Amino acid sequence: MSELGSFVLLLALALSGYSFVAGFVALVRRQLGSEQLSETARRAGIASFVAVLIAAVILVAAAFTNDFSIAYIFHHSNRDLPLPYKFAVLWSGQEGSLLFWSLLLSGYGMVLRLRHKTDQRLFAHASVVIAAVQVFFLLLLNFAARPFAIMQGQLPTDGSGLNPLLQYPEMVIHPPMLYLGYVGFTVPFAFALGALAMKYPGDKWIHITRRWTMVTWGFLTLGIPLGAHWAYYVLGWGGYWGWDPVENASLMPWLTGTAFLHSVMMQEKRGMLKTWNMWLIFTTFMLSIFGTFLTRSGVVNSVHAFAQSSIGDWFVAFLSIIFIVCIYFYWKNREHLKSEHKLESLVSRESSFLFNNWLFLLICFTVLWGTLFPVLSEWVQGHKITVGPPFFNGVAVPFALILLLLTAVGPLLAWRKTSLESLKRNFLWPALGALAIGIFLIATPPTWGSVFGMRPWQDSAYFYSLMAAMLGALVVFTVASEFIRGGRVISGHTGRGLVASMVQLGHRNTRRYGGYVVHVGIALIFIGVLGTPLNQSAEKEMGFGDKLAVGPYTLVCQSYTQEDHPNYSTELAIMQVFKNGKQIDTLYPESRFYASTQQPQHIPTVRSSLKEDLYVVYEGQNPDTGRPIIKAHLNPLVSWIWIGVLVMIFGTVLALVPNAAPVRAAVTERAGAKVSVQAAPVGAGD
Amino acid sequence: MRHKFRIRRVRLVAAVFAGTLILIGAGDDSTRIERLGHQMMCVCGACNQYLLECNHVGCAYSERMRSELTSAVGSGKSDSSILQFFIEKYGATVLAAPTKTGFDRVAWIIPYLALVLGIGVIVLAMRTLRGRLAAAPRSGPSGVSSGEMDRFRAQARKETEL
Repeated sequence: MSELGSFVLLLALALSGYSFVAGFVALVRRQLGSEQLSETARRAGIASFVAVLIAAVILVAAAFTNDFSIAYIFHHSNRDLPLPYKFAVLWSGQEGSLLFWSLLLSGYGMVLRLRHKTDQRLFAHASVVIAAVQVFFLLLLNFAARPFAIMQGQLPTDGSGLNPLLQYPEMVIHPPMLYLGYVGFTVPFAFALGALAMKYPGDKWIHITRRWTMVTWGFLTLGIPLGAHWAYYVLGWGGYWGWDPVENASLMPWLTGTAFLHSVMMQEKRGMLKTWNMWLIFTTFMLSIFGTFLTRSGVVNSVHAFAQSSIGDWFVAFLSIIFIVCIYFYWKNREHLKSEHKLESLVSRESSFLFNNWLFLLICFTVLWGTLFPVLSEWVQGHKITVGPPFFNGVAVPFALILLLLTAVGPLLAWRKTSLESLKRNFLWPALGALAIGIFLIATPPTWGSVFGMRPWQDSAYFYSLMAAMLGALVVFTVASEFIRGGRVISGHTGRGLVASMVQLGHRNTRRYGGYVVHVGIALIFIGVLGTPLNQSAEKEMGFGDKLAVGPYTLVCQSYTQEDHPNYSTELAIMQVFKNGKQIDTLYPESRFYASTQQPQHIPTVRSSLKEDLYVVYEGQNPDTGRPIIKAHLNPLVSWIWIGVLVMIFGTVLALVPNAAPVRAAVTERAGAKVSVQAAPVGAGD
Repeated sequence: MRHKFRIRRVRLVAAVFAGTLILIGAGDDSTRIERLGHQMMCVCGACNQYLLECNHVGCAYSERMRSELTSAVGSGKSDSSILQFFIEKYGATVLAAPTKTGFDRVAWIIPYLALVLGIGVIVLAMRTLRGRLAAAPRSGPSGVSSGEMDRFRAQARKETEL
């Protein structure tokens, strides 16, 4: 099996290499026969997907058949591993995850090559770029990180097992989502570089890649919170985001990708920011590769990182080549990227996109700076330091709040120029609503719950929480006012109800209103995050009948027990939950011990509501008394984060739906005759 | 008699005051432990958590570090000397964030410097823009004032917005 796997990987490398070289030659030497050569390159690229797919299937099959002669399977699987997690073996280690990277990349490449008739020459350029990236990953898989390397010496009877942290349902979907996002940015990068290299006339390539970019961005938008959700429900420390370097690595391309999705509209609508957009997509792709490098090089300490290995050097070399190629083509064809229009007013949609992009990049830079500062410190001072949550919360969060303000104001601005009067008219009621929310949160008594009775003057964390609540509300109110205003106009023309008109409005311009829905999702996430400074926790060693109070809840230890499962043994406590003297629930926090890896794992139990989460962790037994140690966290508003993510995904899907046919309404002319008019949404633009 | 009563009252007030101080002190200690425990990391290398958030029972580091923190706070040491003690014992990585002294300050300054530079670039763009707009001829049709153009734009938006 391992020989076949190694062979198809080598074949995939040869096919990708051919696709790159033949495709490149066909583009450079435009002579007789170059079209046929280009076609063979395209087909070789498609065939490379089949070869990589076979390799991936072989590796998964080896996990299912417990083929421990393959070193990778020995290190990441065992006989008792539940079947769904045997799939997860593919991305649970260095070599397998690189194979998965390559599989997704060749999959994206195959779809692109099958759709080549859209614009053959542009697609041929993009295909060459993708083949080049594919060659890099296949070189790694064949020579530096071989997934089919075989075990030396006597064959083991069982494997070391999968990391217990990965034995959780979300781990079957979180990495694929994240990888689909990371890898997917190769496609807009390939189109951008291809368009620059061939001096593609106009901005059609932007339209072609819009859906690719949106889909990729959507995967990353889902993948990152899935990781946060997994951390919250598996790691047992009561939080969901720790500003770990690997978490940061996933956030950075998302930030630049989001900036690109905004600024690209300026290129489509006004022919502006062409150079900026080109470099944004270059940077996003490079940050995707950089994130992969961070997790594998050991250059920074991270709880997520793969084993330290020498492949970091390969990534440095690859990143350098990408950068040089990007610089070369930019310098060569920079005249092609000149703007068609200038900025006309500072109070306009264009200027809001400029500010928005600047803030996205500033936050991205801050995250990158904080992530790499330990390395810089070691270089300058001779010792590493920790750059943890206090730094990121203290620096990036204020910047993010300014961005949230812009998220509220931006959609109210029109292209080219907005009068202050119109801005005031559209902004007044949402601003008053947000102010009322702020006053309400300050004036209400703290006894109502942890988010009430805020005292922002006492602590900067409370100030940020209040600002997040008010700005989040502002975003929701401005989006709602946009929907209501547009809905009223449609309702006035068609006579339909307001809600039906608002649905029609969304369907009429899915990109614009899908984007607004995404903004609402972001606001809900901020509202969820604002609860973090208000978290409470309590810890106690608990015998039968002992009580532990946290916030309004009282936990009573009813019992504790042990169970044995094929893959692990578990200790669990049975905790009755009381609120206001009345039992409302029973929770079962547990601590597992995986025999194959000899690692313990706390599995918290969470009682979620829109207001707060009661998060209970079984931390283990006191070795002296044998009694369980229980820690209870009270985390306000966390559910809003997951709701916000779902809203964002809904908005993204909505933005991908094609627009409905324009509204046709019968209006009466002054003379009295009825005519049919077509109404198009202009307003603040999309 | 009145003198004795006064002495008793003074003693009572003093006792209440001392008790209050002790209670405040106790409260201050737990607040300080909470604050300092969230300025430091557990150095076990496995959890990457704040010192007070490490939930590994039997963790070789966090339990010892927590008891050291409790006794240091109890002995009345200042925050800075406690942090210095931990840095000397466990290394600079024990702190959860860069300090605001020496080279560490650079970590805090650079993002804000980038913010200020960004503002500078935007201000510069504003000035250039204003100059360009002032020098450029009106783009509207001749004979139409700026106010009228704004009104026409507003009317067009109002009438065509869906």
